[in-house]
Amino acid sequence: MVELINFYLIPGVVLGCIYALGAIGLSLVFGILRFAHFAHGDLLALGAYFALAFSTALSLPAIWALPAAIVATAAAALLVDRLFYRPLRASHSVATVIASFGVALMIRSVIQLVWGPQDYVFESGIRPPVVIGAFRFAERHIYIVAAAAAIIALLHLFLTRTRAGKAMRAMSDEPSLARVSGINTERVVAWTWILAAALLAAGGLFLGLDTQVKPQMGFNLILPMFAAAILGGIGKPYGAIAGGLVVGLAEELATVPIGGVSVVPPSYKSAVAFVILVAMLLWRPTGLFRGRVF
Amino acid sequence: MSPELYGIMMYVVGLLTLGGIYAIVSLGLNVQWGFTGLFNLGIAGFFAVGAYASAILTAPEISSRIPGLQLPIVAGLAAATAASGLIAYGIGRMTLKLQSDYLAIATIGVGEILRLFLKNEAWLTNGALGISAIPRPFERLPAPWDHFAFLAFVAVVVAIVYGLLERARRAPWGRVMRAIRDNETAARAAGKDTMRFRLEAFVVGSMIMGLGGAVYAHYVKFISPEAFEPMMTTFIVWVMLVAGGSGNNRGAIVGPLLVWTIWSATEFATLRLPPEWATQAAYLRIFLIGLALQIILQKAPRGLLPERLPARTSDPAKAGGKGTA
Repeated sequence: MVELINFYLIPGVVLGCIYALGAIGLSLVFGILRFAHFAHGDLLALGAYFALAFSTALSLPAIWALPAAIVATAAAALLVDRLFYRPLRASHSVATVIASFGVALMIRSVIQLVWGPQDYVFESGIRPPVVIGAFRFAERHIYIVAAAAAIIALLHLFLTRTRAGKAMRAMSDEPSLARVSGINTERVVAWTWILAAALLAAGGLFLGLDTQVKPQMGFNLILPMFAAAILGGIGKPYGAIAGGLVVGLAEELATVPIGGVSVVPPSYKSAVAFVILVAMLLWRPTGLFRGRVF
Repeated sequence: MSPELYGIMMYVVGLLTLGGIYAIVSLGLNVQWGFTGLFNLGIAGFFAVGAYASAILTAPEISSRIPGLQLPIVAGLAAATAASGLIAYGIGRMTLKLQSDYLAIATIGVGEILRLFLKNEAWLTNGALGISAIPRPFERLPAPWDHFAFLAFVAVVVAIVYGLLERARRAPWGRVMRAIRDNETAARAAGKDTMRFRLEAFVVGSMIMGLGGAVYAHYVKFISPEAFEPMMTTFIVWVMLVAGGSGNNRGAIVGPLLVWTIWSATEFATLRLPPEWATQAAYLRIFLIGLALQIILQKAPRGLLPERLPARTSDPAKAGGKGTA
């Protein structure tokens, strides 16, 4: 039982927090701009590299590099939207999906051009775990979960207290109604990208802290993030948080060996997100929290 | 012939061969996307299934413990087509209810699962080590002729697939596909079982992709899971079809030849760079092909050879338009 918590449950929650940070933005972009944004994972990787660059350049601890990484990632997201998505807004959304697939590859090649193909770590060396009773927590896991919780609390304040946040939820819930009630669509779109990029920079930083910073880190996240967004219901930021945690926990718990055999062999771990995704799409495409279906 | 000229000639033959193989895959995508509007992002998976199926049946040995079956190459090609079709049927039954973006998300997952399978099931695929010494047709011919003969073989496969698809496109079947793509509700209202037609298009397209993968395996003679990088393989086929003109079978052949030529020409250019820039140049090429796609999507979304609908004849009986589909 203790092993289950130490080796599967805690890593599952950490992974779930990272998925949640990515899935919120993915869900909002899908809800507001109405397309599946395939460059979301690679934008997260870019955020991780920005955090890495700022923390090494200013020799700051990784977490203090986050504000600068957020600004840089948001600028990148707005630039991508201006150059590649906005010109296609008037046409059908499918062209935008193909464009986002192309953007994913472009972002990854920029990463490899600037930082090379090798892996990086934020801090080397092994730190002793924090021991509370029988439970052992990795220090970074505590940081990550606490920081993710703080960011999600800020997100909640933004969505419920600010004009931009309210407009965003309105657009996501009922776009045509939002437009006739005088909401400036392009401004909401810009806010959506800024918010999504901020969450992605945090997600990228946390994933980099937990594992390594490497060019493919984003692609591996595409499936779990979509699974989380669809599980939570497209356009529902709170649903995406729950979805992220469910997918993260499911991935870890499905590989728990029971009597030597696990439900899913560890080498097929990334198939778990896919199974959740397809099952949700087939049986309950609105997600657990009644999101939208396009 | 001077050795330089000979080298250039062989380079062009290689270029056309790989361009032709991509044309096969691109024709498969054209059935799914160009005709029917099915958004498949799992191309790399079906391509890899075809490559592995044919390699497993024809290679002299899979690994030191697994002897090969050494069946004739024709049997390998047939099995590759069948295997891709079967997998596509299973997947299609599950996912084809989904519309555009959702289908894209599901198929990217399918590609990933297929890649995991090929990597992990070493008893069948030799895992990460891959399969080597895959036979190539005509490889016993003397030096340049083996390559010429293989190019001719690829050209014949492209011609056969093109001929069949052109027939299908002009037939009532093709018309139903376009109807589904342009307005599925209307097609259903006209009494068409659109799910069945979507499934047919998905299976046929995937079979052609599998065939392309098999031809590829017999050309390169060695395959491993690394050879089917999910993003890049899928992406370049999409760029090829969009550039050529989706919906147009000729575009699905011209696009791959053109994109592959440009892609290889840029490789030629980067080979002249100092070695310390070589790796960077490889990434720059990927960036530029991504940029090219963006420009095509914005400036020429219909591609080089835009889709042309088959001419309507005044006599509906001649056009086979008696609602026989």
